[in-house]
Amino acid sequence: MTNHWIDIRNSDCILIMGSNAAENHPISFKWVLRAKDKGAKVISVDPRFTRTSARADIYAALRSGTDIAFLGGMINYILENNKFFHDYVVNYTNAAFLVDPRFGFNDGLFSGYDQAGRKYDKATWVMQKDADGVVKKDPSLSDPNCVLQLLKKHYSRYTKEKVSAITGTPVDDLQAVYEAYSATGVRDKAGTIMYALGWTQHTVGTQNIRTMAIIQLLLGNIGICGGGVNALRGEPNVQGSTDQAILYHILPGYLRSPTAGMTNLQAYLDQSTPKTKEPQSVNWWGNYPKYIVSLLKSWYGEAAAPANDFCYNYLPKLDDGQNTSILNTFDLMFEGKLKGYIALAQNPCCSLPNANKVRQALGKLDWLIHANIFDNETPSFWHGPGMDPKKIKTEVFLLPAAASVEKAGSMTNSGRWVHWKYVAAAPPGDAIPVGDMIYRLVNKLKELYQKEGGNAPEPIKDLYWDYGDGKGNLDPLAVAKVMNGYFLKDVTIAGKQYQKGQNVPGFALLQDDGSTSSGNWLHSGMFTPDGQNLSARRGKADPTGLGLYPEWAWCWPVNRRIIYNRASADTQGKPYNPARPLLAWTGDKWVGDVPDGPWPPMADKEKGKLPFIMKPDGVSSIFGPGLAEGPFPEHYEPLESPLAANPMSSQRINPAVKIFKGQIDAFASADERFPTVCSTYTCTEHWCTGSGTRWMSWLTEAMPQVYLEMSQEFAAMKGLKNGDKVKIASARGQLEAVAMVTVRLRPFKVQGKEVHQVGLTFNYGWRYPKDCGDSANLLTPMVGDANTMAPEYKAFMVSVSKA
Amino acid sequence: MSDGKSIMVDTSRCTACRGCQVACKQWNELPGTKTKQTGTYQNPPDMSHETFKVVRFAEGKADSGKPYWYFFSDMCRHCLAPGCMEGNQKDEIVQDEKTGAVIFTPATKKLDYKKVLNGCPYNIPRQAPKTRQLFKCTMCLDRVRANMVPACVLSCPTGSLVFGERDAILKKVEARVAELKQSHPKAKALNPDDVRVIFIVTDDPERYHKYAEA
Repeated sequence: MTNHWIDIRNSDCILIMGSNAAENHPISFKWVLRAKDKGAKVISVDPRFTRTSARADIYAALRSGTDIAFLGGMINYILENNKFFHDYVVNYTNAAFLVDPRFGFNDGLFSGYDQAGRKYDKATWVMQKDADGVVKKDPSLSDPNCVLQLLKKHYSRYTKEKVSAITGTPVDDLQAVYEAYSATGVRDKAGTIMYALGWTQHTVGTQNIRTMAIIQLLLGNIGICGGGVNALRGEPNVQGSTDQAILYHILPGYLRSPTAGMTNLQAYLDQSTPKTKEPQSVNWWGNYPKYIVSLLKSWYGEAAAPANDFCYNYLPKLDDGQNTSILNTFDLMFEGKLKGYIALAQNPCCSLPNANKVRQALGKLDWLIHANIFDNETPSFWHGPGMDPKKIKTEVFLLPAAASVEKAGSMTNSGRWVHWKYVAAAPPGDAIPVGDMIYRLVNKLKELYQKEGGNAPEPIKDLYWDYGDGKGNLDPLAVAKVMNGYFLKDVTIAGKQYQKGQNVPGFALLQDDGSTSSGNWLHSGMFTPDGQNLSARRGKADPTGLGLYPEWAWCWPVNRRIIYNRASADTQGKPYNPARPLLAWTGDKWVGDVPDGPWPPMADKEKGKLPFIMKPDGVSSIFGPGLAEGPFPEHYEPLESPLAANPMSSQRINPAVKIFKGQIDAFASADERFPTVCSTYTCTEHWCTGSGTRWMSWLTEAMPQVYLEMSQEFAAMKGLKNGDKVKIASARGQLEAVAMVTVRLRPFKVQGKEVHQVGLTFNYGWRYPKDCGDSANLLTPMVGDANTMAPEYKAFMVSVSKA
Repeated sequence: MSDGKSIMVDTSRCTACRGCQVACKQWNELPGTKTKQTGTYQNPPDMSHETFKVVRFAEGKADSGKPYWYFFSDMCRHCLAPGCMEGNQKDEIVQDEKTGAVIFTPATKKLDYKKVLNGCPYNIPRQAPKTRQLFKCTMCLDRVRANMVPACVLSCPTGSLVFGERDAILKKVEARVAELKQSHPKAKALNPDDVRVIFIVTDDPERYHKYAEA
């Protein structure tokens, strides 16, 4: 989240799209309803009328996988009707920037497409620069090559009628949503978006979010109270695990994973540290070297020195262009190219797409390690449906793990708030925290490398691993302190003395000369130099009255509760909305939230700075060249869709996605055998694949078995009654479920034809309870977003028949 | 008796998360019954001797043609003059002096269940098949006596369930209904003068549940 949970109450219009917040983030509705009490409009956009829709003022249905069309229509509406917040757009976004005239878009493809490689050369996705290297701009926003004009041109194709024919949303409903939401494009109104996996889990997932980001920038909704782009993360510390680099493409603190071509630290830094000639831009990422050097110091300690590139060569490197996302990992496993797999905090046999492939893939391993509080379909895969245990050689180790309330540590919520938590109860039997397992494993590895040597033993031998509690277990507080970082020698900075070993009070004090250590620069400042753990705070003071609660826990970065907050004030530093003044410039300082840097507002041409300090140009990107499939989001159909052609262009699907070619990954689009759109989701009563919640009798009582939701029209067509057993099949697998016939789903009118959509919960698996059904992911295709490889769980094609 | 306690059940704030249904089972140490999916979110399908609270789901098409989906966190109303007590022979069913909570004692096994049930306009009392004892919500009297709110109320994330002194709750109900009337002309409180658990609805009560209103 750019903002935080409590801040939802400050919103004037809440769009809930790509999320079913009432069901999957139930507590969020406390704040949604508080906003509603004050007159906010709540909009629910979902293929299915959900428990969220039941509490919304406006409900609009759309066919799964058509969010960019829906939102593209909103961009068009905003621009056509001049609903954008002009002052904000001109000053705080790149709307006025002039794009290279070689940049273009034609029939679904941007300039630079490489058909064979399914990727783009982005050489033309750049700005025009003057002789000094500064980007050329047209503040009148009229130059045909300026970002706003290009945006206008691109989205003028997304008329309401065209959008309706793609999404199946009635034009009146589009109008109602567009009108209500774009009413926030004024200085004293705020609109927010609550999204979750309903946006990320598409082949165009990242671009779904980009489209909304563009809308938020046009309406001036970023950096303000009640606004932002807010990803609703799940309970088990998803935000925290992302911050600590659970994904392959980053190191802790969103530093990039090095690739083979970056042969030394300088080469890595040259490609990772952004530069700018924009005179008023802070370009905070210019500090990149300090963060990676401090990270290397935290990992390799004394061994990391300037002379050896701080042990940069110890880091594993991705091959250039290599993608080791989990989909590729399981594809390799299926090919028999992996020996072992450690599955922690996941149940891939139910949670990954094309579960048949995943389950077969595990049978090709020598060993599988899994830790959990209950058995589930992953460690038990070898005796699952269709498996012959005699033919499976994989040795499975199931380790009993402590549950979340049985261990101490930090938990980071969606709003980036890091909460320190304590042990509430001792784990039962032999169960221990997963952290202890990893701690002991690495100790053993170090011992073996010490004793026996082996290939390249140094990265293991030199690894700093002084995290013990003295009793052979992990001390989470010791880890948290290393993440925060500390001085490695006595220093004086800005007149203040810090001693060797003291905690670094903030990332601004991290150094690139090896004099500081920090395991995650974003966590710098969680401890004070004298050792206080700010994440353990529970102060309820709210000095601004805006619900920032600056003394409750601690949030990254530097306890800033709403990021990009300098954009809440005009170029003079005066709050756009005096009723919700997040920050105000008093002439010598900012008051309110922790500001995005101390510099004066940008009207001060000498010392003033632009508000978007993490962007090289100091402004936010309406034209965003960072993503794989183009600087402006474009509608493409899902890999499997009911349409033979994309109504917007000749490019049926996202031109930059990877397609797995094997028979096991078969797909069927516009195929009469699989005529029905299907989406998957979770319900309030179960958590993820249900591997924990299915063992709770009160929860299985409430949601006992897998069900398929369908419209009355669809049921009539198929001769199905409520409660019937149905068989669902896709090109990859099949599943039985109970039919739930409901008015909450309706057929869509798409391109003049009736298209039916059904929906399925993914909370079940064969292991327990015995009659609950199996995973919805037996049906889903293994294909991912072109940027993140997030699987397309939300839109695929099936057939449904009576079982 | 003093004015006692009351619960406001504002269905317009309910998201049917069923935290209340589960919290009730947890506090009262009631087992999860073995259920089947029959084509509805409502499960267990009804109250029982081991289910004192059921969130009822009712859906249909509104006049606008759009769907509606109503949630009704059903429970004993703890009536001021409880009809169920008409079946009393001695004091098998008692009313707590301080709170007004209506309590079924173990002695209810001696009562004529049909008579007790017929006395309840809200169709609440249930009988254990083996012991013949009658069961229903206790207003978490044990918690209330220890200055805690009922388990269902504690679990509610949205403020749909609010517990307090009866006069204060009645004022809240009145204010909320007035507020809701502006957008929902049919908004009303159900039998507020007769019950301690006062439901607020925004549409015809029978659209929520057959026994929503007496």
